[in-house]
Amino acid sequence: MSSHTELPELQEQFETPTQQKEASTLGMWIFLVTEVMFFGGLFLAYTIYRRQFAGAFGLASNTLNVVIGAANTAVLICSSFTMVMAVRAAQIGSRKALIVFLILTILFGGVFLGVKAYEWNEKFAEHHVPGPTFHLEGTTAQGPAQLFFSLYFTMTGLHALHMIVGEGLMLFLLWKAYAGKYSPSYYTPVDIGGLYWHFVDIIWIFLFPLLYLIARHQH
Amino acid sequence: MTGHIASIKSYTLVFVALLLLTLATTLVSTIDLGPFNVVMALFIAVVKMLLVALFFMHLRDSTILTKVVVGGGMLWLAILLVFSLMDFGTRGWLPVPGK
Amino acid sequence: MITEAIQERETYLNASYGIKSWLLTKDHKRIGLLYLHTITFFFFLGGIFATLIRLQLLTPKGGLVSADTYAKLFTLHGVIMIFFFLIPSIPATLGNFFLPLMIGAKDLAFPRINLLSWYLLVIGGCFAMYAMLAGGVDTGWTFYVPYSTNYSNTYVIATGLGIFIAGFSSILTGLNFIVTVHRMRAPGMTWFRLPLFVWANYATALIQVLGTPVIAVTLILLIGERSLHIGIFDPARGGDPVLFQHLFWFYSHPAVYIMILPALGIMSELVSVFSKKPVFGYKVVAFSSVAIAVLGFLVWGHHMFVSGQSVYAGLVFSFLSYFVAIPSAIKVFNWTATLHKGSISYATPMLYAFGFIGLFTVGGLTGLFVACLGVDVHVHDTYFVVAHFHYIMVGGTIMAYLGGLHYWWPKISGRMYPEGWAKLSALVIYLGFNLTFFPQFILGYLGMPRRYWNYPDEFQVLHVMSTAGASVLAVGYLMPLIYFMWSLRYGPIAGPNPWGATGLEWRTSSPPPAHNFDVTPIVTTDAYDYAALAAMEEAKVV
Repeated sequence: MSSHTELPELQEQFETPTQQKEASTLGMWIFLVTEVMFFGGLFLAYTIYRRQFAGAFGLASNTLNVVIGAANTAVLICSSFTMVMAVRAAQIGSRKALIVFLILTILFGGVFLGVKAYEWNEKFAEHHVPGPTFHLEGTTAQGPAQLFFSLYFTMTGLHALHMIVGEGLMLFLLWKAYAGKYSPSYYTPVDIGGLYWHFVDIIWIFLFPLLYLIARHQH
Repeated sequence: MTGHIASIKSYTLVFVALLLLTLATTLVSTIDLGPFNVVMALFIAVVKMLLVALFFMHLRDSTILTKVVVGGGMLWLAILLVFSLMDFGTRGWLPVPGK
Repeated sequence: MITEAIQERETYLNASYGIKSWLLTKDHKRIGLLYLHTITFFFFLGGIFATLIRLQLLTPKGGLVSADTYAKLFTLHGVIMIFFFLIPSIPATLGNFFLPLMIGAKDLAFPRINLLSWYLLVIGGCFAMYAMLAGGVDTGWTFYVPYSTNYSNTYVIATGLGIFIAGFSSILTGLNFIVTVHRMRAPGMTWFRLPLFVWANYATALIQVLGTPVIAVTLILLIGERSLHIGIFDPARGGDPVLFQHLFWFYSHPAVYIMILPALGIMSELVSVFSKKPVFGYKVVAFSSVAIAVLGFLVWGHHMFVSGQSVYAGLVFSFLSYFVAIPSAIKVFNWTATLHKGSISYATPMLYAFGFIGLFTVGGLTGLFVACLGVDVHVHDTYFVVAHFHYIMVGGTIMAYLGGLHYWWPKISGRMYPEGWAKLSALVIYLGFNLTFFPQFILGYLGMPRRYWNYPDEFQVLHVMSTAGASVLAVGYLMPLIYFMWSLRYGPIAGPNPWGATGLEWRTSSPPPAHNFDVTPIVTTDAYDYAALAAMEEAKVV
């Protein structure tokens, strides 16, 4: 197919670049649906146990630092903003802006992960990690309190893992952007990389209130 | 994605809205609304999700198929949660010992 | 008549040579064959465990293996057969090979992801084999807690990781198929001109994408509970073992529809071509596939009637379970109507199709028995359930798979299999199957529990019948293995359309060229339009 030689980014199995872009985009959205179901199992566990152990969950939640949590949420939202600006830059063919916004996205993501690491470290220091050394002051319901933290570490841990993969994706996009691979006629990887990034942000949009804001009206 | 290029202004508005909603949800959580605390928290989270999905992820300009895919995902999550809660939420309803 | 030897014409088989050209291929047809080898291996491995189980159950006191070893046998049989054979089987072999051909495409939407899917199955399989060789796993394929997390001393984590990885193989296959059917159809190939095999694989793909991620996260939680005691399923910490069952069955019930839907798709193809009639009620059959996929997600609690689940939930799940039988029954009625006044041929694929109709009906009807909450309290965890699902999985899926394999063999290999031997093995399989599994309905109803290594004396006759049947069945399965391989060298060379079938895969050579079609087809006819096919053939002769 001569069009395949003229357009090196057009893969063999596709007839036109539009078909390729539509297929790639649909594929990413379907992948994100699988991620919804994946995290969904954890949200189910959280819902069941929060209903049953509201008191212990509230108490445990209040040991998290809400200012840091909210600030970190803001950091992630900033990274989504820079991501969408990056996609826009690719759309209008502005290579420099694309590179700058990708770097900013990576930096904001890095800050988020750093803060998360700090928070986890705090939990280790306070003996709030489930296991033989666990102890939460102010309650006899040590079992359910541990359940909260098991869910906290599992959910934020898996979220962080997805963030790390996202950082890797962003670095890949940065490399390719630097090499001049993207243009208004071909920026699909940036687009679908953005979809993944925003999705991971959405997960955090739910994790923040569910983990940090359970019982802030009770101190 | 139709290639329709959104303005910096609209993205910025959504960005600021997301930050404000984050602030709002944090502040609202400090007020005792009883059972409505969790309702408010989820409501605000859903609004934030919609803003990110519709504007940042360009769902607003996407094909109907994409919207069906996203809707399907939400529906399936709801099935998982609702049908499971149907068990946990109804234990002891019927006069059968142990259930 | 084909006068040139296959070797002179370029096909996907000879387009390139060497192991790298297979292990790094992007060609969906080659990937389909890679999968064929892998799942055939796992089928016979799972079969070895089945053989050992049936040998153990020849006598009431057992004596072949210990109780602990027996637990490992049925666990590994289940894990291997379900996750490494049945779930990939039809979609990853016949689906991969024929979906692009049937829609007139050059390949799937994402060929490299397709190859990755195969590697993931193989890697997952390696984890499972490691667990098997290192000492096995004894929790049952359902991994119920707290046994799997707190008490079992076997390789639960390794097996769990293997299934987790294989799950991603399934997810990616499903994702690939959905995008392919939406975006890669040839001009004129509208949704309602698609072969029903495509509809079936599409519906299956929906399940793979929506359900598998849940078991993925469940296995992570299981591993977390077993290794770190996170407490999520542990009553001592406030956890609930029934939560594990909800999460497990949310996927594992739809998984059984992953296993049967593609087989139902093959059935539509076979019944049509071997009665030379369009499938009766095409649209209804197409929609019934999607209906099964959707309804299949609403009934998982029927595996949990006696688990401690609330009675109210049990009622709802039981009620909904009756609905999921309806679209399956509709298919059987429509195939029957297709046969009516058709020009019926008794070629081997059709023999498998006939066998399927009867056995699937028995399996499906006994599903209604177990869907009934009251009856299930009596037959749960007995051989009645074992018989029910083997009638569907073996009497249904495997029969359809073999039927499809025979039907499409000439297209895949360019050779015909030996018809006489094939008919004989179909018969042997049918008889062996019924002798193996029908007694198990009776055993179960009389109270023989499943997963037991021994039993009261009065059950022996039925167990001996079952084991005898299993030996016949084993012979029946070995025969195709032998003659398919034989046919690759000595089978008669096949033309492009030996069955006179409609469908785009029959418009290209046998085997197809690497790029599938020399010219992108333009579709103007419905899926099973035999009249149009005849007119086309006439026009060619003229």
